[in-house]
Amino acid sequence: MTSDLVSLEVELVTVLILTLLAGTAIAVVRMRSLLPAVMLMGIYSFLGASWMLLLDAPDVAFTEAAVGAGISTVLILATLALTTSRAKARERSPILPLIVVTLTGAALIYGTIDMPAFGDPGSPANTYPEPSYVERTEHDIHVPNVVTAVLGSYRGYDTLGETVVIFTAGIGVLVLLRGRRSREALRHGSGGDSASGSQPDEDGGSTEDRA
Amino acid sequence: MTRATILRVMAKTLIPFILLFALYVQFHGDYGPGGGFQAGVIFAAGFVLYALIFGLSATRRIAQPRVIEILIAVGVLIFAGAGVATMLLGGAFLEYGAFTPSHPEHGQHWGLLVVEFGVGVTVASVMIAVFATFAGRGRA
Repeated sequence: MTSDLVSLEVELVTVLILTLLAGTAIAVVRMRSLLPAVMLMGIYSFLGASWMLLLDAPDVAFTEAAVGAGISTVLILATLALTTSRAKARERSPILPLIVVTLTGAALIYGTIDMPAFGDPGSPANTYPEPSYVERTEHDIHVPNVVTAVLGSYRGYDTLGETVVIFTAGIGVLVLLRGRRSREALRHGSGGDSASGSQPDEDGGSTEDRA
Repeated sequence: MTRATILRVMAKTLIPFILLFALYVQFHGDYGPGGGFQAGVIFAAGFVLYALIFGLSATRRIAQPRVIEILIAVGVLIFAGAGVATMLLGGAFLEYGAFTPSHPEHGQHWGLLVVEFGVGVTVASVMIAVFATFAGRGRA
């Protein structure tokens, strides 16, 4: 009896969160002022994280809340401070993009009809590999959090690859944004100063720009 | 630096707890939700909050860009180094059981701890470096 009531409550909360998600997404799309749009994106991420928590995926919810709502919001705000905080007015008619988006969305929803039900024990994700990581972790690694065991040990190569991806992305951003400044310093006729232009403490580059 | 006293006091109160929570997420990832990636992002969020309130130049004095850039690579090297260490001990690449051959589970614990620490170091320093670079562009 009580479990029925609990599952009904979970369903209600899920419907509420998904409705708010859709509402937030529509509000973001319709907004011309970008600052509130970024704030709404943060709320969207938090709602997404809450929903993932309801699906028993606290590790993913954690990441979504920290990256989606936290760091992304700050980075987009920093970008807005460099560019402009107002979207350009629409020039063309939105009918063709609307048709494309509707068709793509309909195709994706049609695709979900073939997916197994949520939590279905017979679904491929729950039957392979056999015995599953959930059963093996207890014996192999003695760690209660199976997600950590899979990410760090069973799939250690993948996680090493992901770390290298983050490393590469970070180096890429640094090279792109820093490299441009030292080139600008070169163009302003401080050829001898190019070495210090690439220095992280940026004293060389910025003073040359002002001069 | 912002003049708003409430923001300054609240940031100073919150930042130690943010960093402590990041360390908890980092080293408790075996037992609860979380791990190196989430911990790195939370740790960087503490620095981002500091930069928002106290300014970028104050942050650059604490988290010196040169040190942060080195730490980006150090995290990856810790992760890959754990793999090389297991190979030198006679196991396969990233086969943590080789750390303690008599108790492979203990080796797995050590391996997870080291590897997650590497992930955390790289993620935190990439996030801090990217934010500092973005925020520094406007002033040049």
